[in-house]
Amino acid sequence: MTAIPTATLPRARRLSATPGQIALALAIAAFLLLFLGLPVGTVLYVAFTEKGTSNFTLVNFYDFVRTELFMRSLWNSFYVSAMSVVWASVFALPLAYLTTRFVFRGAMLVQTLGFLPLIMPPFVGAVAMQLFFGRNGSINLLLDDWFGFKIGFMEGLNGVIFVQSVHYFPFILINLSAALRNIDRAMEEAAQNLGSSGFRLFRRIVFPLALPGYLAGASLVFVKVFDDLATPLLLNVKDMLAPQAYLRVTSIGIADPMGYVISVVLIVASVVAMWLSALALKGRDYATTQRGGGGLARRTMTRGEAILGYGVVILILALVLAPHLGLLLLSFATIWSFSPLPDAFTTAHYARVFGESSIYIKNTLIYASIAGGIDIVLGVAIAYLVLRTKLIGREWLDWAASAALAIPGVVLGIGYLRTFYGITLPDGTPLASLWITIVLALAIRRLPYALRACYAALQQISVSLEEAAENLGATKARTVRRIVVPLMAGGILAGFVTSFSTAAVELSATLMLVQSNSDAPLAYGLYVFMQSAAGRGPGAALGVVAVLLVALCTFLSHLIIERSQKAKGMGH
Amino acid sequence: MNAIAPLTTPAVSVDIEGVNLSYGDNHVLKTVDLAIRPGEFFAFLGPSGCGKTTLLRLIAGFNQADTGRVLIGGKDISGLPPWKRDVGMVFQSYALWPHMTVARNVAFGLEERGVGREEVKRRVAIALDLVGLGHLAERRPSQLSGGQQQRVAVARTVAVEPKVLLLDEPLSNLDAKMRVQVRRELRDLQQRLGLTTIFVTHDQEEANTICDRIAVMNDGMVQQVGTPMELYERPANLFVANFLGTANILDGHVVGAGAERHFAIDGGIRLPLSEDAIVPAGAKLVFRPQHAALTSPAALAGDGLALPCVVAHREFLGASVRYGVQVGETEVAVDMPFQSGRDLHEIGAQATVTLSPHALIWLSD
Repeated sequence: MTAIPTATLPRARRLSATPGQIALALAIAAFLLLFLGLPVGTVLYVAFTEKGTSNFTLVNFYDFVRTELFMRSLWNSFYVSAMSVVWASVFALPLAYLTTRFVFRGAMLVQTLGFLPLIMPPFVGAVAMQLFFGRNGSINLLLDDWFGFKIGFMEGLNGVIFVQSVHYFPFILINLSAALRNIDRAMEEAAQNLGSSGFRLFRRIVFPLALPGYLAGASLVFVKVFDDLATPLLLNVKDMLAPQAYLRVTSIGIADPMGYVISVVLIVASVVAMWLSALALKGRDYATTQRGGGGLARRTMTRGEAILGYGVVILILALVLAPHLGLLLLSFATIWSFSPLPDAFTTAHYARVFGESSIYIKNTLIYASIAGGIDIVLGVAIAYLVLRTKLIGREWLDWAASAALAIPGVVLGIGYLRTFYGITLPDGTPLASLWITIVLALAIRRLPYALRACYAALQQISVSLEEAAENLGATKARTVRRIVVPLMAGGILAGFVTSFSTAAVELSATLMLVQSNSDAPLAYGLYVFMQSAAGRGPGAALGVVAVLLVALCTFLSHLIIERSQKAKGMGH
Repeated sequence: MNAIAPLTTPAVSVDIEGVNLSYGDNHVLKTVDLAIRPGEFFAFLGPSGCGKTTLLRLIAGFNQADTGRVLIGGKDISGLPPWKRDVGMVFQSYALWPHMTVARNVAFGLEERGVGREEVKRRVAIALDLVGLGHLAERRPSQLSGGQQQRVAVARTVAVEPKVLLLDEPLSNLDAKMRVQVRRELRDLQQRLGLTTIFVTHDQEEANTICDRIAVMNDGMVQQVGTPMELYERPANLFVANFLGTANILDGHVVGAGAERHFAIDGGIRLPLSEDAIVPAGAKLVFRPQHAALTSPAALAGDGLALPCVVAHREFLGASVRYGVQVGETEVAVDMPFQSGRDLHEIGAQATVTLSPHALIWLSD
């Protein structure tokens, strides 16, 4: 061995990364600080300071606790979130179990249809659900006719719980199905070999192994429901936390501290829920499938089981499809009130949507594309810095970008308003009223999704592929451009589509930030339409457009990813 | 060593009778018959896809035979579900449950059998001591090395005192050094417990070193059953000869009669046959590399048979030198002991392969 004297090493060797990488990291850090750290920091600052002065105080929180309305809202938000998890589990468990454990015709269909609710914002479904399940909706009208009673599916908090659980149960379905599929068959066989079978086998082996997947899905549902603003507002439920925060800021003004206090409570609830689920999941990555191991054994159902199984699946799928069907009917309906089905049909709503209201669609396409673009650029850069460099503090970038997950949309909206309202352009317009602010908020909100996708894509690329390029004379930057990015293309596209399609239907932050109708995206237009009875038709038409838009993007990206994987020989 | 009592009940036999199994059009097991004796360490040996794991899983009850039956201790168990068979299986992936500690994993089978709490504790401790892992009882499987995981899997299986122990490629996930150590441990354990054990492997060295008898399998059929030495010395067919160790195979046909009778090897070389040599129709000539010698072209062995050849390859293996020589159209391997100072045959040189008549085996497919 020859010892190289350290003194002769070039100076650059002792730096943790190249100057270019350091500059990139600093730029990302500045972006995150400005558009995530600063607004959230402002919210925290206002909540903890005395109004008018800048003295630290807890009096705002004391006021919060003392106000009966706020405490009731807190309890209601908690209750609705918890019950939504319960009902979402009731929908998801049988679907997941049936499709992964039995030879089940249409298992693919169930899994795909299960995604359907996610491509439509929950508040859009809320209107359609009113039409089917409301006090004077189709189901209750029929029940009343036939049996002389009605069921309050949509009354008050129940309505929110119903809409949210139908909307968000796919999160549990997806995670739980994946967990069930990832159990190595040998895990089950080893238990059978040692004398275990039936329900005991399920309770002792299958369920504990799938539990992490279930918990991941359930905590996500809880946080999403807790943060959702538009659904309760549209169902006219105001005594929940997110609507209260919105109402305080929009009706009393951005100087009132209560909106900020509620925001802090929302953040704490999100963080605690995520922290608890992370705690429960710690050290429990149970994905146990070995190469070629295959998932759990599937059983054929007996006749009785099959009838019961298909019955349950059809019932749940009918529920899942109800909002979509309702929306479609509504978008073509002339008048639909106090009758099980619309009176007559028309295409006038679509004409209106594509005519005077096409600005919403145009804005959405622009905003969501830019937000998605920002997200994948940041996502690829952060993933590369974290996984491929030894830059000091690189994990902090990842951590900071992912922290956006814990910030409810309404809180980010309030933070942006407060922070950027004071900053004005030379002509006097506040920064907060520019449409680019909406785009930045969307980009920050969806960054965690794109980042995960880029991360996963980069992790799959062997470092030796890059080393081979460097060995043949490519610099770091050229290696990234010619080797890394092309190989990551599928993952990047997946990240873009996730960001794009979720940004396209995002409302919580947007509702705060839209200043004029001409700057409004589709989700905002939908919300405005849906608030009046006359606007429901065009609103529904806009909703159908949104659903088709998102569905089309998802489908296209799926096709492209599949094709590129096949071309690279990575497919199965 | 720990004082582990051997089986309280006598070891049992395992009989497989006329088993056929198909997955759709794929005929995986073709009329398999095997008789495994009580207390025997038995191997299913064959290349991947030969049906050996399918057969093992059939014994454990994870596969159902189309025809035929499996008897354990003379009792037909074909109709029993896996959890009523009382055959312990160690999985290739170990299949340790990650949500349970080592001790809970080992206790599982005892708990399923309704064994009392104190007794479970006692037997878990015994089973873990047996594999030398008593000190790791409270660890999670993910905190153990591959070798340790393998031993936990064995402890978990023997803790329930099964009638038969099934090992599905138990060494395949270990590195080469661990493999040698663990296979000895497995052999010792089996000897101490006196348990009828079936071992599935594709590695002939593993099977040869630890098993009493081996069933060589190929294409869903048992090719030959015997002790490792029997299989090596007297392979029943070309597949067995080739699969166990290196075999030279020369294609040709018998020509002439009486003193003129000889074996005409493809490529024009003739090998005289003694009058008492029995060559089945269509058979090929088989011999092991170490049963032949390479000499200079002039030298002629006494009663040996000589084949002219050209040296094509030479590999130094330490104790011996392996030559690849061209005999007619076939390349043949010949091992010569390495002695320092002795001249080696050069590549491209003419030479002679000499064979003793006793070393010749005549085999067909």
